[in-house]
Amino acid sequence: MVCESWKTKLDTYLDGELPDEEMRSFDAHVRGCPSCSADALTRVQMKRAIQVAGKRYAPSAEFRQRMQQKLAPKPQRSFGLGWMFVAAAGVILVVGTLTSAYLGTRFGRDQVFSEIADLHVAVLASSSPVDVISTDRHTVKPWFQGKIPFAFNLPELQNSEFTLLGGRMTYLDQTPGAHLIYDVGKHHISVFVFQERSFKLPASLSENSNSPRNLPFNMETWSQGGLRYFVIGDASAADIDSLAKLFKAAA
Amino acid sequence: MHVGENLPLESFEQLAMPHFERLYNFACWLTHDRQEAEDLVQETYAKALKGFSSFQPGTNFRAWIYKILRNAFLTSRTGLKAAATVPLDLEDEEEALPAVNETPESILLRRSDGQLVQQALEQLPVAYREVLLLCEVEEMSYQEISTTLAIPMGTVMSRLSRARKSLGESLRLQFQKG
Ligand SMILES: [Zn+2]
Repeated sequence: MVCESWKTKLDTYLDGELPDEEMRSFDAHVRGCPSCSADALTRVQMKRAIQVAGKRYAPSAEFRQRMQQKLAPKPQRSFGLGWMFVAAAGVILVVGTLTSAYLGTRFGRDQVFSEIADLHVAVLASSSPVDVISTDRHTVKPWFQGKIPFAFNLPELQNSEFTLLGGRMTYLDQTPGAHLIYDVGKHHISVFVFQERSFKLPASLSENSNSPRNLPFNMETWSQGGLRYFVIGDASAADIDSLAKLFKAAA
Repeated sequence: MHVGENLPLESFEQLAMPHFERLYNFACWLTHDRQEAEDLVQETYAKALKGFSSFQPGTNFRAWIYKILRNAFLTSRTGLKAAATVPLDLEDEEEALPAVNETPESILLRRSDGQLVQQALEQLPVAYREVLLLCEVEEMSYQEISTTLAIPMGTVMSRLSRARKSLGESLRLQFQKG
């Protein structure tokens, strides 16, 4: 049978593990071949069944709390950014301009900024930064449904220089939110969306302002439609601003 | 500069806690016992924290911590027992499964409930169970699975393929029985 050679690779294809070119020719074949597409459907159903059956056990709240207490950092948030600098050393070249004294005072107050920056960097340092990998906002937006307690709009990126990489769930002070990652040139930008509440925003980060000077990231934050947005990254302030504008227009 | 003192704990928590639920789920599937799974997750986090300085930022943290959990499991009493019941020539086992019945899995899946799949997963040898869970539940890439299980990519693929066949077979058998 002609299809035998395809079928031996069907699982690898459905796992998304064939080289790009082969994935494409596979797509074309499966679409046109009733036998392979029926086989593919069966295997996809099996994959889904395993996925559903496999997510069976959840830890008790008590156990989670116990682990969190064990791992929770000491309450001196001012040191939180220290981690960021280590993780981001490869990405950010301006680290040298910051001193520990500066860290201890300024960032100690700018708690929300420091946490947002931490979240941004922790994700960049991870090799699987996003949970939903897609450049298509129509895929990313529904993915968040049921995972976060609010809905938001993603901007159309055609004719812009931004690329959506994907998204993940995140937490800021136990508040669930959306974390989207964009690329512009060689820079990564994170966009965070949370339900608006009394975030302790430092005066330097009031409405629509950019982050203070001397920081390794540019950041913009604003509140719109009951949601709090943060746009942060090592891209230029102009790029951060244009992505922020796209979000404002889409909201 | 005292930043260094607090640095490992903070970054460790941020990297490690997002995996907590899934690690626990995976531990339950390995141990078949909630208490043992809790112990295993705790041991994993303790070991990971202790060895965190050896983790290379920018490399795959998930594969790294799953590998720690799995190694901890393999050296536990349950793990040693589970390993002892697995045929040593797992990788040489060529098409050992007879095709009892050609009912496609899709029909079985449509007719059965999720419980049947759970049972079938439970009864798989641990080497098959873990590779399927990492692939389908954790949605790890072959490369990540290879790192986690410390086996070559080719072995990941052949083991996955056997695990899938074995699961399908076990579903068919259970279906015939029930
Ligand atoms: Zn075909």
